[in-house]
Amino acid sequence: MLLGFVLVLSVFSVLEIRSATAMTKFHGFQQKQMLFLGLGIVAMFAISMVDYHRLLDIANWAYGFSVISLVAVLIPHIGQKVLGARRWINLGGGAHFQPSEWVKLVLILAMARYMWGKVAEGKELSWSDIGKASALVVVPVALVLKQPDLGTALTYLPVLIAGLFLGGMRWRQAAWVLLGLAMLGGLGLATGKHLKPYQQKRIDAFLNPDSDPKGSGYQIRQSLIAVGSGGIWGKGTNKGTQTQGDFLPIPYTDFIFAAFCEEHGFVGAVVVLLLYFLILVRLIQNAQTAADPPGTLIVMGVMAVTLFQIAINIGMCVGLMPVTGIPLPLMSYGGSSIIFTFLALGIVMNVRMRRFVN
Amino acid sequence: MDTGIGREEKLSAAKLHMTQYVVAAVMLVLGIGLWRLQVLGSDNYKVLAEQNRVRKVPVLAPRGKIFDREGRIIVDNYPSVSCYLLRDQQQKLEADLPLISGGLHIPVDQIEADLKRFQYAPKYQSIPLKQDITPDEQAFIEAHRNELPELETLDEQRRLYPRDGFAAHMIGYVGEISENDLNEEKYAAYSPGDVVGKSGVEEAYDSVLRGVDGSRDVIVNSHGKEVGTLGQEMATPGKDLRLTLDLDLQMAAEKALEGKIGAIVAMDPHTGEILAMVSRPTYDPNEFAVRLTKAYWKSINEDPNHPMMNKALQAQLAPGSTFKVIMTLAGLQENVAQDMHVVCNGGATFYGHFFGCDKHHGSVDIHNALPYSCDTFYYTLAAKLGIDKIAAYGHSVGMGMKTGIDLPDEQVGVMPSEPWKLKTLHDKWYAGDTISVGIGQGFDEATPIQLARALSGIASGGALVRPHVLLPGQISESQQTAIEQTYTGSGAARIPITTENWQTITDDMANVLSPIGTAAEAHLEGVDFAGKTGTADVISGRKKGTADKSTIPNAWFVGMTPRRNPDIVVAVLWEHGYWGNNSAKLAAQVINAYVTKQRSKAGNLMRYASAPKTDGVGQPVAKHEDAPVGLGGSAPATPTGQ
Repeated sequence: MLLGFVLVLSVFSVLEIRSATAMTKFHGFQQKQMLFLGLGIVAMFAISMVDYHRLLDIANWAYGFSVISLVAVLIPHIGQKVLGARRWINLGGGAHFQPSEWVKLVLILAMARYMWGKVAEGKELSWSDIGKASALVVVPVALVLKQPDLGTALTYLPVLIAGLFLGGMRWRQAAWVLLGLAMLGGLGLATGKHLKPYQQKRIDAFLNPDSDPKGSGYQIRQSLIAVGSGGIWGKGTNKGTQTQGDFLPIPYTDFIFAAFCEEHGFVGAVVVLLLYFLILVRLIQNAQTAADPPGTLIVMGVMAVTLFQIAINIGMCVGLMPVTGIPLPLMSYGGSSIIFTFLALGIVMNVRMRRFVN
Repeated sequence: MDTGIGREEKLSAAKLHMTQYVVAAVMLVLGIGLWRLQVLGSDNYKVLAEQNRVRKVPVLAPRGKIFDREGRIIVDNYPSVSCYLLRDQQQKLEADLPLISGGLHIPVDQIEADLKRFQYAPKYQSIPLKQDITPDEQAFIEAHRNELPELETLDEQRRLYPRDGFAAHMIGYVGEISENDLNEEKYAAYSPGDVVGKSGVEEAYDSVLRGVDGSRDVIVNSHGKEVGTLGQEMATPGKDLRLTLDLDLQMAAEKALEGKIGAIVAMDPHTGEILAMVSRPTYDPNEFAVRLTKAYWKSINEDPNHPMMNKALQAQLAPGSTFKVIMTLAGLQENVAQDMHVVCNGGATFYGHFFGCDKHHGSVDIHNALPYSCDTFYYTLAAKLGIDKIAAYGHSVGMGMKTGIDLPDEQVGVMPSEPWKLKTLHDKWYAGDTISVGIGQGFDEATPIQLARALSGIASGGALVRPHVLLPGQISESQQTAIEQTYTGSGAARIPITTENWQTITDDMANVLSPIGTAAEAHLEGVDFAGKTGTADVISGRKKGTADKSTIPNAWFVGMTPRRNPDIVVAVLWEHGYWGNNSAKLAAQVINAYVTKQRSKAGNLMRYASAPKTDGVGQPVAKHEDAPVGLGGSAPATPTGQ
């Protein structure tokens, strides 16, 4: 059933990419997206064949390797610079991949493994445990921020939150952490030195989209116009003026939801939201029925990341969140993102298939 | 909170259950966000989306063409292509400049200057790069559509004026409306970028010539590139206009003034229709139609002889002896001149000052004073009349006021008088001032058009007309009224003149061209040619502040045919032309061209023959309704001789 919803969304994605790129030089991206989806499904089934306990066994090694690849990507000649950020490793033959996407998966496994140990000890999380778990996430976050890729770095945080939440963090500890973060954040905003100028602009634009309609507020304003002008029923496939007129920026990746909203309206958007809701609820059910704590932890890690990305991306399209380059799972164009999502779903399948084992 | 710690509690169903609510809450928030935009705000955003993609593009109305009185074309339009630079989304513009510069033959620094000039304009407003591009340049843009998507072409209609500044002052030129003009009330309906008449007929009749621009609603993408059309409102073309100008006469006048400085204006005194109007030096209005080169503007602007000035309406100079016709009118009407006899010994003394005359004319009376152009006679007459009467007669024939011709920037000239001097020079009038005025010197200033109208008005028995350049019946009454209110002047008027005095003055003017007259050399055999020369001293009459240092007198002549109720009057101003007689010869060329043309028409052979034999038979034709129409020869014109 989960797979069914996923496939429906994948079809929406392919159709919307087709529509959004029809008038551009990116025409035909939907075929590449179908290829990615095919690869993703194969990868999904492949990874579901290996018992997730084996995956947990190699999680530490994989984590170490991930950190190395994130360092490698920062080194000129190895890392490829696209639009000012080193995010890609060239694999030769025109193929390249974005290690930061895969790191997410490894992080989910590593966090599950760590918290499994804590759960097995049967004690509450000590401050030192919280510190270690945080370090596990903060290292890749710091490396990805260096690329710089704030969006992807942010997607690592829900792994930590889910891990701490399920691993037995006490409410009081959570409250202290939040307070500490709030103070740090306040300090950061006060000095204003921790955001790059483009990031500061994005936040300004988010707070006041009309302040600079031709400049930094452009993306968010065009997205709001696209979504809003879609109305209840939408303008129809290939008829979104914002999407087709190239007003909406990158309507096949980060703003694909805005493009979809313009062409299919409130009704279409609600259908998509409903599908995401069903997928997420289904993931939680899988977590509940998992055979052992690591299974639950893995599925909830996937759920947390997916929920986070949906909230940030759709929130951005409707003006509730600032612009961050976080793709919408299953819909945004992009091989690394699609294949990560399907691998993650493959591990979820893996856990589900082995729910009666023990 | 929870103290009992077991595996079951840590991964309790309650915690997992709770996350379901978190998911539901997130979805609800997103759903509300969508509802807000797509259901509540949808109308507003639909408007914004339309504004985004639909742009109103003007469809320029072709400007009305300009023809002469016989329907021969003077000003035409030609299709032209202009190149614009789109700046939307252009980051790499700097890198493209050398390529653009090479392909369009514009220096890089000029493009950079344009970019700088428009740097504060909205980015979606494209910059005019080059107007009237060549087919080669057009091909360059086509061939580089992909590399240089920022270049855009626009089809326009441009003005094609006669070459070498032919009739340039009368016709004027067009140009982009200036910011100063936009602030003026009469340009309230214009928007920036509009092409507007800047002088001459193009300015005066701009509202008729320009038509009404239409518009097209085009669909554009975010780069401003046009991708489709929604609808359009057709443009109403500007109205073609027929001027009173006669190209044949204009050509003769242009030729006469070739290489000289000055002006010629030819008018039909029955109707006020301007038949020819030339001002020299001239300028090429075609240079103004496309981007004006700095060098050309400099050459025009720094020329001490003011090529842009329409001297026929704007040169305010001492009229010299041409003013004596007005003096004669005043003297006769006041019954002062009839029995006046003056012995000219090369001048006379008035109020302790000696006023010279160029010759010793001996015994002079009203019949030979004008042909001789005897200054001594007119000094004496001026002294007898006094400035008040002279000024009154001057005003009655329109001296010191605009004629009201339907062209911009006409000047008023000066008819000196006591109140005028007090008001302008803050000085009282001295009796000696009157003496100079009597010969058209001193404070006296007139324009060629004023003199043409005044002297022909006297020759027409007192019927002064309002000169105009547009053939009647082409524009609506309200438009006509608007023109008359814009270009105010003394207009049509009657001046008192008895038949007897009328005959005396007109015969006197004819004798100017007789062997005893000052313009004997300009005599045209077999043509009833009358007029008055003027050799105006430039030292007293010249404007201050001009770069023109020449002290050679200005040569004036106002001539007409036939002598009574003339069909044509020609005023010639030749700056530094030495003698009025020189100008008379130029006028004779135009008169001759006119007579030759009229005689070539059937039934007109006798019309301009020499001196009328039946003096006193004719009545002054005061109203122009009675005047011969179209010079067809059928209308009974008075007087007719053979």
